[in-house]
Amino acid sequence: MSTLTGTVRLIRLGLRRDRILLPAWIVAICGLAWATVASYAATMSDEAQRLATATFAAGNPMARMFDGPASGTELGAMSMVEAFKVLAILAALMSAQAVVRHTRQDEEAGRAELLGSAVVGRHARLMAASVITLGANLVLGLAVAGALVASDLGTTGALAAGLSVAGIGWVFAGVAAVASQVFATARGASAAAGAALGLAFLLRAVGDLFGHIADSGVQVISAWPSWLSPIGWGQQVRPFQENNWWIAGLFAGLTLALVWVAFVLADHRDVGSGMVQARTGPAHAAPGLRSGLGLAWRLQRTTLLTWLGGLVLMGAAFGSVGQSTEDLVGENDQLRAILARVAPAGTVVDLYFALMMAILGIAAAGYTVQVLLRMRAEETTGRLEPVLATAVDRQSWMASHIAIAFVGTAVMLVLAGLAGGAVHGAMTGRWSEGIGGLVAAGLAQSCAAMALGGLVVAAFGLVPRWAGTLAWGALAASLVMGQLGGLLELPQAVLNLSPFTHVPAVPAAALTATPILGLLAAAAVLTVVGLLAFRHRDAGVVA
Amino acid sequence: MDDVVCTRGLVKAFGRTRALDGVDLTVKRGEVHGFLGPNGAGKSTTIRILLGLLRKDAGEVTLLGGDPWRDAVTLHRRLAYVPGDVHLWPNLTGGEAIDLLCELRGSADRRRRDELVERFQLDPTKRCSTYSKGNRQKVAIVAGLAADVELYLLDEPTSGLDPLMETVFQDVVLHLREAGATVLLSSHILAEAEALCDTVSIIREGRVVESGTLAELRHLTRTSIQVTAERPMADLALLPGVHVVTAGDDGRSAGLEVDAARLGAVIEHLGAHGVLTLTCSPPTLEELFLRHYSDELATLQDHDALVTLHSRGGAQES
Repeated sequence: MSTLTGTVRLIRLGLRRDRILLPAWIVAICGLAWATVASYAATMSDEAQRLATATFAAGNPMARMFDGPASGTELGAMSMVEAFKVLAILAALMSAQAVVRHTRQDEEAGRAELLGSAVVGRHARLMAASVITLGANLVLGLAVAGALVASDLGTTGALAAGLSVAGIGWVFAGVAAVASQVFATARGASAAAGAALGLAFLLRAVGDLFGHIADSGVQVISAWPSWLSPIGWGQQVRPFQENNWWIAGLFAGLTLALVWVAFVLADHRDVGSGMVQARTGPAHAAPGLRSGLGLAWRLQRTTLLTWLGGLVLMGAAFGSVGQSTEDLVGENDQLRAILARVAPAGTVVDLYFALMMAILGIAAAGYTVQVLLRMRAEETTGRLEPVLATAVDRQSWMASHIAIAFVGTAVMLVLAGLAGGAVHGAMTGRWSEGIGGLVAAGLAQSCAAMALGGLVVAAFGLVPRWAGTLAWGALAASLVMGQLGGLLELPQAVLNLSPFTHVPAVPAAALTATPILGLLAAAAVLTVVGLLAFRHRDAGVVA
Repeated sequence: MDDVVCTRGLVKAFGRTRALDGVDLTVKRGEVHGFLGPNGAGKSTTIRILLGLLRKDAGEVTLLGGDPWRDAVTLHRRLAYVPGDVHLWPNLTGGEAIDLLCELRGSADRRRRDELVERFQLDPTKRCSTYSKGNRQKVAIVAGLAADVELYLLDEPTSGLDPLMETVFQDVVLHLREAGATVLLSSHILAEAEALCDTVSIIREGRVVESGTLAELRHLTRTSIQVTAERPMADLALLPGVHVVTAGDDGRSAGLEVDAARLGAVIEHLGAHGVLTLTCSPPTLEELFLRHYSDELATLQDHDALVTLHSRGGAQES
């Protein structure tokens, strides 16, 4: 019996389990690609207009950091530059989640042991998870290509675009496969894959910012850090412009290497354990643990500290290049015109900081959602039951987790802003404006994250089975609206559904009270709804 | 109020499944009440309603004189719960989990907690993720039984414990009873109920089908008799109230099961044959149990299946 016996059956099992989830991801990502191109085609039909926009994008540091390197004036190329970051993030999340779901999560739930006792080889589960996810990304790549061909773009470029998206999925499937071996919990593995995604985004942002403009004036040649990031590779494919097929080799090579490492690691550990062996601990609970809030803090503190560290690093990194944007923009009239429209009172650096805090805000909302969904995880794993059988009432149990989610979100955004402002201040000597503006922006963004958190709390109370889907769906929708909303020309009524739409662009715009109070009111009302609903429903595994 | 637990016509449905279909359960103060039934009969659902975790769809339920749904928190200070399927936080140690649960309930006897940890041979410094099922169960048992409360709700508490630890558990429960506590012990392990319970209720498909003291329930069942005699005992199987007959040694030895009401007549009949040895065993709960499931047993066609069930029911579940 080989170590791969049973792989085919496990693949069929996995496809059965994912028969709705994976197709939904693929359709959503393709739909997004199609919609981006369609709206781009509608607004950018004129060659001269595209030339102006591409020139602007090549010279605009914010476009370089938050979108990617400009790649010519082809309609397909330009729309892919705009859409790629979101497509890449979604493909990476789809892949990492799928691999973790079929490997570490199965082990955690004890299903892997049951399977392992059957006629199933030691490596079959990992192999099945890899095959399913890599295959799903192949389908995703072809589907994206199909969607672009359907938008009247060239087949070659469309296939290259599909490759760039699928390649990201492959690499992050590999990252998740390794993380699933190293970390003993599904949450830990997902967090590690998420951190890798954040790092990949940051590396290419820095690389693209410090790249230079090619002679054509409509293309950015990225600096070396972009080449350290798989997201950077996806952008360097430059579909519809250069169609760099050889980058497929980079994707395939890294993916195979990561999957190979995962298999080697799997050989060196027991089913159910991670690479890090659990040590013994105290025989008695410390006073700090002996309360509902103490327990919630113990369960959430690693998540909080990890996110806090990540966001502060990102804040510092983004802050460190704040001044460069000013220098790079120079006398770019077009950008100044936009600035005058968006934030008449602000400077270029202010606008850059506002965009940066918008990214950090949506990232922090990922923390808010994760912490709040922990309530549902506690419930479904049966750990809530013994707690509620003690003299802990349901509302205060929820309140502990909500407090850690909301206070944590605000604290990490303020500290990330502070870090960015401090680095900016240290480099320019302009301490007060950077720190003041970024801290205010952090607070403003945290109000939107809390409103989204309120939705999660309400969903947990009212429709617990759907809490996870609704929460991540709402976060993904907010990401798409925030990053692509303008491009997709979504109606304002739709954009208004995202709490982040309502956040004033601090520090480029003034911090006004009305939207902030509105967001806080929404957060409060939704939270109260969730608290009341949880009091009136069944609690426990069956709910 | 004498009834610590009282439910009347308790109904709970999950979608189309009627998990509880009119449960009438009464547990009097100071008794150890066995709550018996196979998997899926509704034991855990009933207990979760008593804990206020699930909301009843219909019927009446009082617990310690209060409404378990409305007064959950105040009632929980007066009771302790041990689940059958224990899930703990992987990165907490066993000792931390015990202290936490005790503290959250508000009544913790530190000395008793340490004593129980000792008696159950639990290493409290290990992370919960490294515990076996039996050790996770011990954590829940220690956290529950260390409490000084009026009522203990134990939902298949010994699943996963080895026989040695089961004895310790029974000992601890008997001490609780001596101290005047009330215990509701759900189980499908009949030996456990026989060893511990004053009264039992048998639940089946969401209804309590039998309830009473062990002595009362035994009237409903048969006594088994092993007999050897000087003269062959013919036609034993034809006697009224006699059920299973195995005969050997040309009819001079026999094994039979006799309805409680007919025992006297059968003994008289045997006496006429010059009894040499006679062994009578009182009916076990196991037989009681099997009778209530005779519907299901009828569907088991061959005798082998019956034998397997018999022997499995008597063995310790592990």
